[in-house]
Amino acid sequence: MNIRNKLLLYLLLFFSAFLLFFPILYAFMISFMSSDEILHGKFFPAAFHLENYLKVFDRLPLLKYLLNSFIVSTSVMIGQLIVCSMAAYAFVFIQFKGRNFIFFLFISTMMIPWEATMIPNFITILKLDWFNTYQGLTFPFFAAAFGTFLLRQNFLTIPKELHEASQIAGLNTVQFFIKVVLPVSKTSLVTLGVYSFLSTWNQYLWPLLVTTNDSVRTVQIGLKQLQTQETATDWGVVMAGVIVVIIPTLLLLFLGQKQLQKGLTQGALK
Amino acid sequence: MLKKVELLNISKTYDRKQDVISSISVTIEPGEFFVLVGPSGCGKSTILRMIAGLEDITDGVIKIGEKEINDLPPSKRDLSMVFQNYALYPHLSVEENIIFGLHVKKISKSERKKRCSEAADMLGLGSYLQRKPRELSGGQRQRVALARAIVNQSPICLMDEPLSNLDAKLRAHMRSEIRQIQRHLGITMIYVTHDQVEAMTMGDRMMILHNGEIQQIGKPIDIYNRPANPFVATFIGSPPMNLVSCTNNWKTGEININNHLRFFIKPEDQPAVRNRQLTVGIRPEHILHSSNRLTNTIKMQVQVINVEVLGTETIFAFHLGGKEWLAKWNGQWRLSVNDIVPIEIDYNSICLFDKKTGGLIKAPAKIERHIIEQEVMI
Repeated sequence: MNIRNKLLLYLLLFFSAFLLFFPILYAFMISFMSSDEILHGKFFPAAFHLENYLKVFDRLPLLKYLLNSFIVSTSVMIGQLIVCSMAAYAFVFIQFKGRNFIFFLFISTMMIPWEATMIPNFITILKLDWFNTYQGLTFPFFAAAFGTFLLRQNFLTIPKELHEASQIAGLNTVQFFIKVVLPVSKTSLVTLGVYSFLSTWNQYLWPLLVTTNDSVRTVQIGLKQLQTQETATDWGVVMAGVIVVIIPTLLLLFLGQKQLQKGLTQGALK
Repeated sequence: MLKKVELLNISKTYDRKQDVISSISVTIEPGEFFVLVGPSGCGKSTILRMIAGLEDITDGVIKIGEKEINDLPPSKRDLSMVFQNYALYPHLSVEENIIFGLHVKKISKSERKKRCSEAADMLGLGSYLQRKPRELSGGQRQRVALARAIVNQSPICLMDEPLSNLDAKLRAHMRSEIRQIQRHLGITMIYVTHDQVEAMTMGDRMMILHNGEIQQIGKPIDIYNRPANPFVATFIGSPPMNLVSCTNNWKTGEININNHLRFFIKPEDQPAVRNRQLTVGIRPEHILHSSNRLTNTIKMQVQVINVEVLGTETIFAFHLGGKEWLAKWNGQWRLSVNDIVPIEIDYNSICLFDKKTGGLIKAPAKIERHIIEQEVMI
């Protein structure tokens, strides 16, 4: 590739990246602006002062919310990894009657939007009296068809000889699962972990439904609270909150990027 | 403690209609190198997997020692297995791979270490112990798989085409290495291969399978010299034995191959061929250059249609009786296509099979080999 083509390609990449990243960039800029500046529609703030950030921590128990979100997202991540990997193991390595049928039944739940199952879930949580609890926020998400599917596809690529070799070596099912299957599928487990952490972190509707006070409320609801607290929303403060909230997301993305790419593309090429 | 492995009327079917293995009975002696050989799909791997306990047995009994093991799980059968694709754990180092099974068997750490270094020394893996399998070449992976089978110190080792993923040179090397290890450890080895060279060179005894049925069991050289049927005759030996059906005038004892080749059956063989349709077989190395040295041979002239000069030997093809025949001569022969070559066949080196049942009627008499054997005896 000659220099001209390369230049063109990079220009194009730069432009697309800018387009994609613009809202976040703009939010970042706004978070440093005063209300006046925002109303004038400026892109760059006159000065980078941290007033809005101080305000957001002042107005909301943001640290508490962050901690809540972290606890909820981590629990869902761990729960999903455990449940999905065990389900996927059963679907791949254990022979039982109607295995494929049950698997497809399981997978077909992917076609039902989460919102449609919200009412039964809500009633269940209500009956269990799990309002304003971590378990109310996390339990409904432990069994995920997507995660099971992802891991099953990955487990299917494990050569059956590995299973047979460990049978001959005398490993039982649990030992084989923990010592062989899980370490071999590390990439997919990381992919699923990151994915479930992020999607839980960004959840809005469910936490809104099952929380009525600050005790276990998550950050996304906090952000919404910022917006409606006063008649005229102080966008600088809201954006400061947004930036604080997406930092963990970005961190996770940067750290897990390599694994994530591997996980999502693997099986595509063989 | 060496144990024999006994298969009694073993059958296997997947759909309850057609047997993939039908009543196999064989006894594998303690300390023996036993080879299961046959073309792909003949059921040899299935038999091995049934011995290992990875496959259910539909019918029959498998015994190790005097104990019936049909319902024992693989780990209780006290055997080790080497897989075709090695089945190394990709996330573990070579060392961890080798001692993987010992963990479960609750063998002490020092003993594990000792066995691992012994096996690694034996196979020359000492400097690779900390590497991951993906950083090894095919041959090295093969050795790790072997080491893993050795450290178990199981009396029986099963191997499922362990050399088929290696290149020809390495395969020849590993053949002798596996054989030496087996002799050194004195274990019972059951070895599956589709490669007749491996079967011939490695096995104490071998069993030839075709469509799930035993064709012949015996020492490799005996099978080569006395193939039980045309299938064995063509499967063992390279190039394969030439086979052609013929008409048989049993009153005069004359054999006629499409009017191209006629000869008379010796009086002592005549009672055996009476009233039978025959297939004639002749090994490529028994088709000789006509030299007038031998008497009582069948002589003829043939036209060469293909030549392969291999350095130590020359293989050429010609048409006879509507079939393509192969002949193998020692040394280098400057033959070219369409040359007319005089050949001769000794009646003693001919094989006769019953065309209907496939049974062997007359095996080649061992003319040349006798001399060599006697020399060795002296």
